[in-house]
Amino acid sequence: MATHSDLPLLLLMTLAKVVVVLGVLLTAIAYIVWMERKVVAHIQSRWGPYLVGPHGLLQPLADALKFLFKEDIVPDEVDRPIFWLAPLLAFTLAFLSISVIPFGESITIAGHTIPLQITDLNVGLLFVLAVTSLGVYGVALAGWSSNSKFPLFGGLRSSAQLISYELSLGLAVVSVVLIAGSLSLREIVEQQRGLWNICKQPLGFLLYFTAAVAETNRTPFDLPEAEAELVGGYHTEYSSFKFAMFFMAEYANMVTVSCLATSLFFGGWLGPVFGPPLVRSLLPVLWFALKVLAFLFVYIWIRGTLPRFRYDQLMGFGWRVMLPVALLNVLGTSLIVAWRSV
Amino acid sequence: MLEAYLPVLVHFLVVLALGLIILGLSAWVGVKRPSPEKLAPYECGMPPVGDARERFSISFYLVGMLFILFDVEVAFLFPWAVVYKSLKWPGFLEMFLYIAILLAGYLYIWKKGALDWSR
Amino acid sequence: MTLLQIAFFFLSALALASAILVITRRNAVHSVIWLIVTLFSVGGIFLLLHAEFLFAVQVILYVGGIMVLFLFVVMLVNLDVAVKQAQFSRQWQLALATAIILMAELAYGIYRGHQGFTLAQTSAVPPTIGNTQAVALALYQDYMLPVEIASVLLLVAMVGAVVMAKRKLE
Repeated sequence: MATHSDLPLLLLMTLAKVVVVLGVLLTAIAYIVWMERKVVAHIQSRWGPYLVGPHGLLQPLADALKFLFKEDIVPDEVDRPIFWLAPLLAFTLAFLSISVIPFGESITIAGHTIPLQITDLNVGLLFVLAVTSLGVYGVALAGWSSNSKFPLFGGLRSSAQLISYELSLGLAVVSVVLIAGSLSLREIVEQQRGLWNICKQPLGFLLYFTAAVAETNRTPFDLPEAEAELVGGYHTEYSSFKFAMFFMAEYANMVTVSCLATSLFFGGWLGPVFGPPLVRSLLPVLWFALKVLAFLFVYIWIRGTLPRFRYDQLMGFGWRVMLPVALLNVLGTSLIVAWRSV
Repeated sequence: MLEAYLPVLVHFLVVLALGLIILGLSAWVGVKRPSPEKLAPYECGMPPVGDARERFSISFYLVGMLFILFDVEVAFLFPWAVVYKSLKWPGFLEMFLYIAILLAGYLYIWKKGALDWSR
Repeated sequence: MTLLQIAFFFLSALALASAILVITRRNAVHSVIWLIVTLFSVGGIFLLLHAEFLFAVQVILYVGGIMVLFLFVVMLVNLDVAVKQAQFSRQWQLALATAIILMAELAYGIYRGHQGFTLAQTSAVPPTIGNTQAVALALYQDYMLPVEIASVLLLVAMVGAVVMAKRKLE
């Protein structure tokens, strides 16, 4: 491991990686929004954004500028420090988990081997879950600090939803850990060289993805934003870039969830590699990106297809279907693993 | 081992700085034309009625408490899953008993209607 | 001073300062936020001691679980009423004096008998197996019975929560 003498080098390398990853992530988010508007529009026989740039490709840029120049309204009754803290918290947490996701094996530049991952923690998976479990604060505090009825209802509802589905998410992940015997995402991916985990854990994957869709507040679990009953949910009182931060956080969370699904169940960056050394080290990144993109497409597809749950159905489903099935999946998996390792 | 956490700290600080810059920029650049109506809490156009922070259904507290209990259980499962392959059958029996005891509690709360949100 | 020591003193100072803020804020939600900061700093100290697993569990259970319940409860406190109420009970001077005496006694005891105390040391050699594995092997090989008892405790808590809430539900 690094000694004190290569500390500056480590910091410099990390900073470079962080800037690249965040740059890619922010661009990706802008174009996922564009993709979502296009795909949903085509599902509904519309064209979607078309005016700004060819096929509306510059729409994200226009949106960002518009957000920036809009009036930043801070209502009179709000609790100011927390009203500012909530969007910042949501944004920071949403962009934090990406730091333990491996995008590829490693790349060699000028004799230095650089792993394609910001950092590989021994407890990487727990780190992601810990960050996810904090996500509830952005929502709850936004709802509370607004001091207005709709945001408070929305905030409470979505907090209850987030914590309920977090249980099934954790249990679905436990069954993968049972097979891999490690919490390091890099090791979990490495172990899928023979067979992807989706073949061993189809039920675990379904549970994970369903819980993850609920955790990211997406259709059909987008109760926090149920326009018809709650106006805008927890961010009703937010405008300008404060609102945009919640919006960006939601999409960043979608990306994280897709990255995690890819790493846990679909072999991460694994795929056929060939060609000269540079291509060999970059192809895995391409496979990873394609798999993540496929998940994001499924997200949008679901949104264009399924109607929203009713709140009591949502909570009932989380506690009476997801939780027991996830528990039984853990027990069943452990039975099989014990059987095979004897 | 701690070196592995340094990049997380760097990443966190960069993201935090980015968030602060965006928030500050937006507050600084955007137009400001406040009016009493605009600064009132939104209630579909009506003048706001009463305080927003009222008493809530007990179900929210109940779900919070049950969440903590099951979350502790999940936290116990993680280390178990990591070393499971070296524990073998004793590990299975141990966790089977553990989960069975909790499933009894789960059935109890189900029968008591605590998981029924339509009421 | 090494980086580790700087990190330790920073986290300890943060933990103490935020703990003081927890009891001096009038707004209960602000108190909850400061308590979260306290719990985080303590988690950071766990991390400095190479206890990664404890750090993760501290965040997941305390910050992501228990504090959410606290927040649910204090979110609905009517602030106008809370501001009018006395912040501390009437015997606060007495309590403060008692606390100072207790602290002095403890400080004296530690000062006189410091040979008897061994403070936790960061091991010089990095541990051979991960913290999670070490915790797991301790829990599931050496302390089987306490783990099972923990599940019974959780069962009792579950029943208790439902019994308390049901009185209101029906």
